[in-house]
Amino acid sequence: MSDHSHAQEHHGHDEHHHQQSFISKWVFSMDHKMIARQFLSVAIIMAVAAMIMSTLFRLQLAWPEEKFAIMNWLLGDKWAPEGKMSPDIYLGLVTIHGTILVFFVLTGGLSGTFANLLIPYQVGARDMASPFLNMLSFHFFFWGAVLMLAGMALPTGPAAPGWTIYPPLSALPQAMPGSGTGMTMWLLSMTLFIISALLAGLNYIITVLNLRAVGMTMMRLPLTVWALFITAVLGVLSFPVLLSACLLLLFDRIIGTSFYLSDIYINGMPLEHSGGSPILFQHLFWFLGHPEVYIIILPALGLMSEIISVNSRKPIFGYKAMVGSILIIALLSFVVWGHHMFITGMNPFLGSVFVFTTVLIAIPSAVKAFNYITTLWKGSIRFTPGMMFVIGAVSTFITGGVTGIILADAALDINLHDNYFVVAHFHIVMGLSAILAMCGGVYHWFPKMYLHMMNKKLGYAHFWLTFIAAYGVFFPQHFLGLAGVPRRYYTNSTFPIFENLVDIEVMSTWFAILGAAAQFIFIFNFFYSMFRGDKAPKNPWGSNTLEWTVEVGHHHGNWGDKLPVVHRWAYDYSKPGAKEDFIPQTVPLADGEQDEGKGYH
Amino acid sequence: MITLLTWSVIILAIVALCRLIKIYELASEMRGGKPQWEVTEKDNRMNARLMLWFCIAFFVFCFWVFFITKDKLLPTAASVHGAETDWLFNFNMVIITVVAMITNFFLFYFAFKYYKGKKNETATFFPESRKLELIWTIVPGIVLTVIIFLGIKLWATITAPAEGESIVMELYAKQFDWTARYAGKDNILGQRKFKLITDTNPMGLDASDPKGNDDIVVRGEFHLPKGKQIDFKLGARDVLHSAYMPHFRAQMNCVPGMTTYINFVPTITTDEMRKDPQVIKNVKEVNEILAEKGEEPYEFNYLLLCNKICGTNHYNMQMNIIVDEPEQFEAWLSKQKTVGESATATAEKKTEKTNLLAEKKK
Repeated sequence: MSDHSHAQEHHGHDEHHHQQSFISKWVFSMDHKMIARQFLSVAIIMAVAAMIMSTLFRLQLAWPEEKFAIMNWLLGDKWAPEGKMSPDIYLGLVTIHGTILVFFVLTGGLSGTFANLLIPYQVGARDMASPFLNMLSFHFFFWGAVLMLAGMALPTGPAAPGWTIYPPLSALPQAMPGSGTGMTMWLLSMTLFIISALLAGLNYIITVLNLRAVGMTMMRLPLTVWALFITAVLGVLSFPVLLSACLLLLFDRIIGTSFYLSDIYINGMPLEHSGGSPILFQHLFWFLGHPEVYIIILPALGLMSEIISVNSRKPIFGYKAMVGSILIIALLSFVVWGHHMFITGMNPFLGSVFVFTTVLIAIPSAVKAFNYITTLWKGSIRFTPGMMFVIGAVSTFITGGVTGIILADAALDINLHDNYFVVAHFHIVMGLSAILAMCGGVYHWFPKMYLHMMNKKLGYAHFWLTFIAAYGVFFPQHFLGLAGVPRRYYTNSTFPIFENLVDIEVMSTWFAILGAAAQFIFIFNFFYSMFRGDKAPKNPWGSNTLEWTVEVGHHHGNWGDKLPVVHRWAYDYSKPGAKEDFIPQTVPLADGEQDEGKGYH
Repeated sequence: MITLLTWSVIILAIVALCRLIKIYELASEMRGGKPQWEVTEKDNRMNARLMLWFCIAFFVFCFWVFFITKDKLLPTAASVHGAETDWLFNFNMVIITVVAMITNFFLFYFAFKYYKGKKNETATFFPESRKLELIWTIVPGIVLTVIIFLGIKLWATITAPAEGESIVMELYAKQFDWTARYAGKDNILGQRKFKLITDTNPMGLDASDPKGNDDIVVRGEFHLPKGKQIDFKLGARDVLHSAYMPHFRAQMNCVPGMTTYINFVPTITTDEMRKDPQVIKNVKEVNEILAEKGEEPYEFNYLLLCNKICGTNHYNMQMNIIVDEPEQFEAWLSKQKTVGESATATAEKKTEKTNLLAEKKK
């Protein structure tokens, strides 16, 4: 106990010396906890923007003939005259919705929030290895986000060639309005975003490798840190490839190079470009693009591991297998990108290699899902809102994951490629799992971030409505895909053959509206709890990890004079013979007690 | 003024809501003696039950949606390989449905069964079991090996280059329509060059290539013979497109500056397909909807759609496909003008025009 009082003393002393101005505290902060909150705030704003966009195009898909005042109000006379959405803005909304969610919410937002909050806290460090780079990373992210949204206000509209921005469509401003200035803006925004991701990633890696507390061996790291660490490695290895792809595309657009262009005749004119290949771009894009989906899902799986274990009051089942799965998934994720390109004209033999590697990745993923379920088995489950969201995320991870096995099969992908089956698959496995886990993470670590507790009942309402709506929106879309409905169609009403499927679109849209409405419960709860919620105790969930040994408050340097010393793995829950059902990592091993993190026995 | 009023009402409502929630929180804390955020046994029991109910409702929902759409899913395959991929699809689908249902069930069932309460105060310490983990690594491993093997085998047959007798033709995409070109009597397509494209020569056909003279260019719809192998070459002139023919389970991207290939054998003529009970049922449903809207009734046709985002009118880039008996197909094809013939025709028209002009001038 003397340690604690000492820490407090030290702390008061510390604050005295670090008089922070408003700007250095709230804007140019170098404190990992503040940067985590900054990332989260931007992610929430971006997520709401993307959600509104999706609600608009869901309205369009369900009732293509109707006019909606809200469209005119939000999109203006140019894009929605009399409330009727134009095809150009439809493609723009689809594109920006995808980009925002994939990059700004589920990459920058998810990793940015939780890696910043949890890596220093859970490895027992005072801050990131380089707080300055960390600050820069947020600012690049912020301006990237601003540029991305600002594209919506351009007279030619935002970028519209889909979030995968395949050239030549994205390279030729004359191909459609959405390939104009909006596209350049998209590329600039993504450049800022990638710089942010690289700065952040390097920082995360170095922090985990170098700043672990005494006794915190790699095999004692909580799975959250493992997941965020490997995610950072993936990002650092793959984002530069997207950066180069984007820069080459920018050159094709602006200075007339021909990296991706050849033999093109458009708008009554043959172009001079020759010798390039649009397929090259796809290889470069998906060399990032596939690791990218794991950059999204691994942090989610990390949060899930921690929250499930804490709230089942049980150690995570098969810690080593979980670490191993993360490593194998990460490794395989670099050799599966071609499964996005089975029908691009890529050599069919290469296709079969990618079938093989892609289906293999199902094994470590399955191991993870089984281990989560086994962690629940014979647990003593406490349904905090965080826990509910994470159980939901396991369910969507399974339901969305299994259809991946079908899409990985090149012979079956022929018929399903780029139609609603794919849309359903990746929204469920990647979108929903990651979003649900992220919500779970916010409920679980809100006391650490904002020092208050969130409202439980509102949390339950938010979970159930969101979960029901999530499946309601996306599950029926599998069937649209099997009926052959292509994605990214402004309306299906030009095809009589799809006319009797409109009921499914309508159902999907109603659930989307329900889901969107449910998020206002969350936003209300978020701000309400931040200011008026109950004060958070030091360790509200009875967790073992180091962040809960920090005194309540945001202390510069996290711990006082002495950093915590780690004696055991993070999952000693309900250990036989222990007094309480949790043993924090800082508690020394009792006589004859074995550390479960060490070796099979 | 109205806007201002609306906003102030919204703000007041939010403030009131905050007060209400706070009062509710305080009241429940006073009653229970516990802070509102702490999870009680009552919460656990309620959510545990909801988990189980959700599981049941979820399964019912999935099967219900399947049931109401089942006549539209994977419409009867009209190509040889389509029947095979459908078999593989169903095989995989059965496996993944069973796996997803069992794992989802255990997830929700355990959540339901093991909630914290008087009956279940403590959890069982169970950090690992090598045996269990080996089982659920090896069993999926074996199942997936079968899936990989079957998949790769079928993929290899589908993508093998067309062998033996086949009809060579090209599908040519541009924003936002399709053109089909048959290779004609010599079964070799003539060259086309993008620099030769003009308003009258939208594909950029090279008139100096003698192989192109007997080519036949059609728009709006194109015909295929039943039971013959069709060897498609795909091209595009501006951006990426994708030739998607869902009934034939065929799809391939069209890439500017590059030729891509697919081949398949159609097995059901359009007339036969129109008598397929599934098709009849769907057409009837569609026509009821169209009649309500006051639109023309619809007759079934095979479709070629664009399935790679290609610009503003991407959603309406389609072409009908008619599958004929071979004799009908030959008869139809022989009625179409070859490139050579239409070139002469245009040339004749041109000379006529110039002659007329010349006469007028005189």
